[in-house]
Amino acid sequence: MHSTRTRISARVATIAALATVVTACAGGASDDGDDEVLQVTMGNHVYTDQVRAVIPVFEEETGLTVEVTVYGEDQLSDQYNVRLNAGSDEIDVMMFRTLQEGELFSQNGWLSDLSAYAEEAEEWDLSDFQEGPLEALTVDGSLVGIPAVTEREVLYYRTDLLAAAGLGVPETLEELEAAAAAIQDGNTDVAGFVGRGATAQAVPTFASYLYGFGGDWTDDDGAAAIDSPEAVDAYEYYGGLLRDYGPEGATSFGWTEAMAVFSQGGAGFYTEADSLYLNATDPAKSAVADDVGFAVFPAGPAGAKPFNIPSYALGISEYSTNKDAAWRFIEYMTGADQVLEFQQAGVPGARDSVWDDPEGLSGFPEDLSAVIAESVRIGVGYDRPRVARVGEARDIVGQPLVVAIQGGDVADAADAASEAFQVLLDDDRG
Amino acid sequence: MTTTARAASGPTNAAGGVSRWANRHRKWVFSLPAMVFVTGLIVFPLAYTVVLSLTDARGSIRAPFDFVGVANYADVLTDTTRFWPAVARTAGFTVAAVALEMTLGFTIALLLRRPFRAQGLVRVVILLPLVATPVAVGMMWLLILEPNIGAANQILQMLGLPRSGFVTDAATALPTLVLVDVWQWTPMVALILLAGLTSLSDEAEEAARVDGAGYWARLRLVTVPMMMPTILAALLLRSIDALKTFDILYAVKGRGGGSFHEVETLNIYAYGLNFDYNDYGRASTVLVLFFLMIVGAMLLILLRRGRGHA
Repeated sequence: MHSTRTRISARVATIAALATVVTACAGGASDDGDDEVLQVTMGNHVYTDQVRAVIPVFEEETGLTVEVTVYGEDQLSDQYNVRLNAGSDEIDVMMFRTLQEGELFSQNGWLSDLSAYAEEAEEWDLSDFQEGPLEALTVDGSLVGIPAVTEREVLYYRTDLLAAAGLGVPETLEELEAAAAAIQDGNTDVAGFVGRGATAQAVPTFASYLYGFGGDWTDDDGAAAIDSPEAVDAYEYYGGLLRDYGPEGATSFGWTEAMAVFSQGGAGFYTEADSLYLNATDPAKSAVADDVGFAVFPAGPAGAKPFNIPSYALGISEYSTNKDAAWRFIEYMTGADQVLEFQQAGVPGARDSVWDDPEGLSGFPEDLSAVIAESVRIGVGYDRPRVARVGEARDIVGQPLVVAIQGGDVADAADAASEAFQVLLDDDRG
Repeated sequence: MTTTARAASGPTNAAGGVSRWANRHRKWVFSLPAMVFVTGLIVFPLAYTVVLSLTDARGSIRAPFDFVGVANYADVLTDTTRFWPAVARTAGFTVAAVALEMTLGFTIALLLRRPFRAQGLVRVVILLPLVATPVAVGMMWLLILEPNIGAANQILQMLGLPRSGFVTDAATALPTLVLVDVWQWTPMVALILLAGLTSLSDEAEEAARVDGAGYWARLRLVTVPMMMPTILAALLLRSIDALKTFDILYAVKGRGGGSFHEVETLNIYAYGLNFDYNDYGRASTVLVLFFLMIVGAMLLILLRRGRGHA
C-alpha cells in the first residue's frame, strides 16, 4: 500500500517535471501569430494620434484588425532592441527614427526591403516622395522604410516681445544674438533665447548652426571635421547664446524642457523642429499661443542652412509573418489622400504633390507654411552624423557644445571630440 | 542542465520502469521544477552575460560576433572617463543615501516607538513615499526642482535664499538625487527598525534605568546592541537596493546620466552601452564587474556580522 502510493506520487512528479521541461521549450519557439491581427508599433507623436484616428476606417476597408502599441521615443528604441534581438514576430509595422535607427536596424537585418512592394504599387506612386527622405531610407540599394513625418529647424519667436522692443525678425545669426540680448535686457524673468543644451539631445538643433557657419560633421573625405575652425566658431556661437541669454540649467535641456520654457513665456527666441509647433501655438499647451511667430532659420557666415529631415518612417519588421498586410497598412497611411489629411491636421509629410497643393499648407499657421516651403528648398538632409552608431556619435559631437555652454575651452574640447569621433568612424566602416 | 537531460531521456515507455527510476531519484525529481526555473531565470542569463562579455557583439545579437577574450575587461578597467567615475558615483550614492536613511530611519523609529495621539495617522503619512512608483517620484521631483518654474526655487527665493540648479546643475545633481532617494526609502528603514524596537523586551532597559543609566547611555549600550540584527538586516536590504538604483536616476536625468554624466552610475552606464550604443560586449562586461562588486560588498557586510557575533 505504502509503496504504491509512493510510486504514484513519483509518477505524478515525473510527469509534472517533464511537462515543465516541455512548456519551457515551447515558450522559446515562435508561435504563428493570428494573421488577421496586424501589430503596429509607434512612437508617442502627433502623427501617431492622427494615424490612430483613421485606423477604424482602414479596418473596415480591409477587414484587418490593427493593434497599435505606443511608446515614448527612447522606449520605442529599447523595445525594438529587445524584441528584434530576440527575433520576435510580434511587430509587423514599425515606426522608427530614420536618421537615428534606419542604418543600424538595416545593418542588423531588422528591416524588410520594401522596394518590390513600392514598385508594384503604381497608383500609390513612390516617385511623389521627396528625394532627400527617400535617399535617407535607401540602404545598400534597398528601400527600408517609407517617410512618414518630415521636419526642419525653424526660428520660433515671440511677436509681442519683438514688437515691444521695436525689433525686426532676425535674418542672420548676428541679428539673432543682438535681438536676444535686447529682449533679455528689456524684460525681467524672460531669457533672450532658449534651445536644447543636453549633450546628445542638442545635436540636431546644433546641426543647422554648424552648417550655417560652414562646418559639417565630416569633411569631403569622410574624416571627422568637428575641430575645423568653422565648427569651433559654431560651437562657440551656440554655446555662447545659451550661456549669455539662455535660462538656468540649459545643459540639461532636451526639447521638452526647452519647449516648456518657451511655451510658458520664459524666452524670446527658440530654434526647434517645426513639427513640434503645436506645443507652442495650441492654447491648451502654451501660455503664449497667440504671440508665437515663425521665421526661416537665420543665416550664418555660410548662409541659412536649416536641416530638413525625414524624422519618422514606417517600415516592416524582417521577422513579421504578416508582411503583405503590413504593406497594405503602410500604403494606406502614406497614400496621397491620407498624407494630405495628416498634413492639414499639422503633421508635415514627404509628398511633393501635397506640398504643391495649397490645401496641403492650409493646416499650418500662415507664416509657418511659408517658412516650411522655403526651408524645404534650402534644407540639408541630415541633422546628425551619418553613421550606424548614432547614439555614441551624438554623445561625442555634443561634448564640445556642453563645454561651450559652460564657457570652457571649446577648441580643446573640439580637438578631443574630433579624435574620438574619428576612432568611431574608422570602426564604423571597418 | 544535466539533470534536465536525464529526466527527459529516462525510460518513458514502461510505466513501471519510470516509477522505479523516479523513485530512486526522488530528491532530484521533486526539486526538478525549481531547478529548471532557477537555471532558466538566473543561471542562464548570468552565464550568457559572462559569455557576451568575452565577445565583440554589437548592433544585433543575432549577427555573428567574435570572441575577444578579456579585451573588454582590459578596456573597461582602464576607462577613466566613464567606468571608474561611474563606480565612484555608485559607491558615493549608496553610502550617502544609506547612511542618511539609517540615521533618519532609526530616529523616526525611536519617535514612533512610544504610543501617542494620532499615531496611526502619522504612521500612514510617513509611509506614503514608500508606496509611490519610483518613476512617478522622479517626475514629481523633477517638476518641483525645475530651476526656472519649479516650486523649490520659488520657496528658496521667498525665504531670501539663493536659487539652486538642483538636478540641472552638474555639481548638485547627484546630492539632490540622494535626498530624493532618502525621501522615498527612509520610511522603509523606519518600518523595519520600528518592528525591531517593538519586539524588544522592556526588561533590559528597565534594569539599566534602575542602575541609573541616562537616555543616551541606555540607547547606546542597551537598545542599539540589542537591535543589531535588525539594523544589519535593514542595512543589507537598503544597500543592495541603493547600489542597484536605476529608476529615479533614469527618470530624472535620462540616458548617460546628464550632459556631464553627473549621475551616471554603473547601472545607468550599462544601460546606455546596451540600448544607446548597442555595444553588448562592453555592456555585459560592466554588468559582470558590477555583479562581482555587489557580491563582494555583501560578503564583506556578512563577514563583519559573523565576526561581530563571535
